[in-house]
Amino acid sequence: MNVPQDLKYTRTHEWVRIEGDAATIGITDHAQDELGDVVFVDLPEVGTSLSPGDSFGSVESVKAVSDLYSPLGGEITEVNSILEESPEKINEDPYGEGWIIRLRYSGEADLLSPEDYQRLLEEER
Amino acid sequence: MMSLKRTPLHGEHERLGARLVEFAGWEMPVQYEGIKAEHQAVRTRTGLFDVSHMGEVAFRGPDAGRALQRLLTRDVSRLEVGQAGYSAVCLESGGTVDDVIVYRREGDFLVVVNAANREKDLAHFRGNTSDLDVEISDETEDWALLALQGPEAESILKPLCGGDLSTLGRYRFSETAVDGRPAVIARTGYTGEDGFEIFLRPEDAAGIWRKLIEAGATPAGLGARDTLRLEAGMCLYGNELDEETTPLEAGISFAVHLDKPEEFIGQRALRQEKEKGLKKKLVGFELEGRGVARHGHPVRVVGEERGVVTSGTVSPTLGRPIGLAYVPPQTEGEIEVVIRGRPVPARIVPLPFYSRKQS
Repeated sequence: MNVPQDLKYTRTHEWVRIEGDAATIGITDHAQDELGDVVFVDLPEVGTSLSPGDSFGSVESVKAVSDLYSPLGGEITEVNSILEESPEKINEDPYGEGWIIRLRYSGEADLLSPEDYQRLLEEER
Repeated sequence: MMSLKRTPLHGEHERLGARLVEFAGWEMPVQYEGIKAEHQAVRTRTGLFDVSHMGEVAFRGPDAGRALQRLLTRDVSRLEVGQAGYSAVCLESGGTVDDVIVYRREGDFLVVVNAANREKDLAHFRGNTSDLDVEISDETEDWALLALQGPEAESILKPLCGGDLSTLGRYRFSETAVDGRPAVIARTGYTGEDGFEIFLRPEDAAGIWRKLIEAGATPAGLGARDTLRLEAGMCLYGNELDEETTPLEAGISFAVHLDKPEEFIGQRALRQEKEKGLKKKLVGFELEGRGVARHGHPVRVVGEERGVVTSGTVSPTLGRPIGLAYVPPQTEGEIEVVIRGRPVPARIVPLPFYSRKQS
């Protein structure tokens, strides 16, 4: 499984890219592989305030639905509306075109390093 | 944890890198490459499913036919040797114990039952026929069962079995050979496509599985099987059918012969239901708003929660969210599906969602 070294991760298989006070959030390669073909993404509204751990939407595959949990607190500044028409981008490019939301983040959160996340995947196997 | 049963094709599934899941006590492939790709392969070319977990129950002896007349809603006396028929099995209440396919062979009958219902069915079959001279035997472990489904199924299978498959009509079967091995080839399936279900000895299954894949069939798992049958508007036991639901409510009255000569279990209740009218009916719907309807989601009719979704997905063929639901019998037109607390507009549409072009 692809675990990029420049990202942070959660135990619920989201990834975060932090650039200044902006954070981009998506689901990991492992998460998309576990879900299978993604057919629908329930996106939140821009402007929504989140606390760390809040559910902000869901990703549905042909067979299953998985809730999304925010790794950080903050306000949603952008959602990836491409996913409304092309939810399969999450399968094809989970760390790129398949990103889900951007936050202006405020709250600190308990994030995993790439090494810790890799270890978690091995433990879960 | 109880150990899961494995089909004779388990090694093949592992070799192909299938994702294996527990299903009705069996370790079964849910997908290989991916559900959408496998679904598409069945619609446009041909897919190959391992359905060896399905139960096979043989009825033998002088009263085998009488036993089945009592147990099945279909009039078995109308089946010729070499013909198969879809049927419900009912309780006295009319509720559905299982949905099955009965194959009339020379001298006996084979009934294919749902894996999850096998033990329950056997108890029901035996418990209701103890006064008859019939031997009811569970032959599930004696058979591997493959389903080869899709527009190219006939051309893929033909070179392996030599015979002329074009004369084998729908719901007909032939006791023949595949690749020189004894086999029963039935023109049946659960995908809405042309295709065959092939009964094999367990030891022959892996070799024939590989040959069918070499000949162009795409291995397909239970995930695609579910989306295919849903597009074709077919019932799944546990979703559309259960002991609280009658076959008339489920829209499978074509398998219920209320005029058959010998009375079947549930006949009186179903006759009454037909006279008095149904309490609910199964409908197909398409979501008009965003989301995916799933089993168990409530359905609102004119603003009131009066129905429930039994199956739902995004149709890989149509690219739209579809589903089946029970609603009050007069319901038509616009409904709402409550998806995780959010009402989403939907529209009742005729079934099936997909039907293949007849050539």
